[in-house]
Amino acid sequence: MIEVRHLVKQFGPKTVLRGVNFCVERGEFVALLGPNGAGKTTFLRILASLSRPSLGEVRIAGYRLPHQAAQVRARLGVVTHLPLLYGDLTAQENLELYARLYGLTDFQARIQEILELIGLEARRHDLVRTFSRGMQQRLAIGRALLHHPDVILFDEPYTGLDQDASAMLDTILRSIAVQGHTIVMTSHDLARAEDLATRFDVLSRGVIAASAARHELNHTNLLAFYKQALTS
Amino acid sequence: MSPRPLVLKILDVLAFLSLVVATYFALIYAPTEAVMGEVQRLFYFHVGTAWVGMLGFMFAAGFGIVYLATKNLKWDVVSVAAVEISVMFFFLAIALGSIWARPVWNTWWTWDPRLTTAAITELIFIAYFMLRAGIEDPERRARFGAVYTILGGLSVPITFLAIRLFRTIHPVVFGTAVEGQEQMAMTPDMRVAFVVAMIAFSIIFVDLFWHRIRIGQLHARVEQLKLKTMS
Amino acid sequence: MPLFLRATFAIVRKDLTAEFRSRELFSAMLVFSLLVIVIYNFALELTPTIRREVTSGVLWTTFAFAGTLGLSRSMAVEKDRGSLDGLLLAPVDRAAIYFGKVMSNLVFMLLVEVFILPIYSALYNINLFHPGLLLVILLGSLGYASVGTLLATMSVQTRTREVLLPILLFPVAIPVLLAAVKASTGFLNGATLAEIWPSLNLLIAYDVILSSAAFMVFDQVVEE
Repeated sequence: MIEVRHLVKQFGPKTVLRGVNFCVERGEFVALLGPNGAGKTTFLRILASLSRPSLGEVRIAGYRLPHQAAQVRARLGVVTHLPLLYGDLTAQENLELYARLYGLTDFQARIQEILELIGLEARRHDLVRTFSRGMQQRLAIGRALLHHPDVILFDEPYTGLDQDASAMLDTILRSIAVQGHTIVMTSHDLARAEDLATRFDVLSRGVIAASAARHELNHTNLLAFYKQALTS
Repeated sequence: MSPRPLVLKILDVLAFLSLVVATYFALIYAPTEAVMGEVQRLFYFHVGTAWVGMLGFMFAAGFGIVYLATKNLKWDVVSVAAVEISVMFFFLAIALGSIWARPVWNTWWTWDPRLTTAAITELIFIAYFMLRAGIEDPERRARFGAVYTILGGLSVPITFLAIRLFRTIHPVVFGTAVEGQEQMAMTPDMRVAFVVAMIAFSIIFVDLFWHRIRIGQLHARVEQLKLKTMS
Repeated sequence: MPLFLRATFAIVRKDLTAEFRSRELFSAMLVFSLLVIVIYNFALELTPTIRREVTSGVLWTTFAFAGTLGLSRSMAVEKDRGSLDGLLLAPVDRAAIYFGKVMSNLVFMLLVEVFILPIYSALYNINLFHPGLLLVILLGSLGYASVGTLLATMSVQTRTREVLLPILLFPVAIPVLLAAVKASTGFLNGATLAEIWPSLNLLIAYDVILSSAAFMVFDQVVEE
């Protein structure tokens, strides 16, 4: 689903990504780990078509970025640590806006479905401004799922969530994962990624320093794997 | 950084000589203008600097477009160089015009289209540098800078026309004067001095432009080395 | 309806829905405009004879000030919860997003102007309901909003944010303001169409040239 070859991203004289190779098969859930400043967000923004690669090739669902960005965007759902919502609109209105932007027709049934999934049905006509951080994050996930994307990108989705909200997010993520979506999630928190992912990749100093499948690791050696990747 | 290429060294000498020659033609060779007197001699420098300022402004917008098309930061260095030189020459043109206007129009400043447009152009440049100062990422700084020079390049000629809707007393150097304007009559000798001044300032412009681009390249190199030593 | 127009209208619709609910932008712009007019009243001693000469100047500076206020707020809202990225993630042409925001900003400006005109008329006993003047206001606001939307999108992405917008916008918007003032004065003082035509012409030229340029470079200011 995702194919990245020799991806380089420079901001002027600063090189953030120096030759990233990264492949994700359909149905995989990849946890992209790494310390703050390792380039995780930059990498995800490039996958999300919000930022252009300086060098290298990026293909999502067979389409090339940045040239076929519109096709990629139609197949992509993105959740960042900001909710990408409008505070002065209700949950329903926010979803309607995005349904229109994604060119969906007869979207009321789909919106109903999404609201049930994220458990915000009762609050659908309330302003997003009045929502808690956790509720906003759930709605953000609903927004990302609206158009049946093949690939979903999560950039630090747990940032700023309390324990209850995090547990709720776990439940939603698990229910999305079993539906067979391809998922990439960045995290600097190993514990969060541990239960969900089928693969762990570590991004360090602008390259993928290590990669391991779920069955190769267990709770005790995950930390050792991560630390070794950072120092290698 | 490579040392100064030979062509640039020759150009440096040429630029200095052409300034001397232009000064000679303007102050000694050209006859004294009958109505305005000696102060009219400023005119040669005034038009020369204004012409070069305008050239720089057009270069800036042109290289801005090239940058947006190629996304190669070297064109941003060139575009900034053009803007900076243009700012300086426009300032000189306004100052010289002002000194000339004092005895001739009996005022330091009038809200004439040319003067006002020049002043507004300077304001656009100031806004341009403030915009760049507010952006950390060099790539975004270059993109936004290029977009702004293009907008400026398009709006300045319309500004000139818009101000002309109101009034003008600036003498017409080229073309025919419309009603209420004075035509500047040039003798052949004056015309020679005028052409010499235009050529001289063009050479000076190219010389400074080249130097400024080299400084910009050095600056980019310093940034790069700074990052390397930090990491 | 093609996706381009659907996306444009979806953006206008959400801006108007949000604004109708909060009235944040409109009330700020309107109150600010009234304050500017009050200040002008004393600063310029608006006696009947002076008024005839300066009315259009007072109106256009008021619109320009209120316009920057609305523009920076309208783009700041997009940056607040990252929603500009949300719009950019959608599979729509960037130009549709630009057009949507220009339309919203234009509607906000026109709304304020629709309120200011009768208030000014009543305060100074001047009839401002001249169809020609309304046309000039439409053309002037369109040019101002289309350049302003582009520059506001840039300024919210800088460190200095809102402070920068008027500094960037005013020098390049001078032709709109000058031509609009000239044309408005012409219509208010009963000049013939032949006398007003040059300024009207210039206004249209500015609108066409600058908004097509802004339209073409918009994706450059939103894409990294």
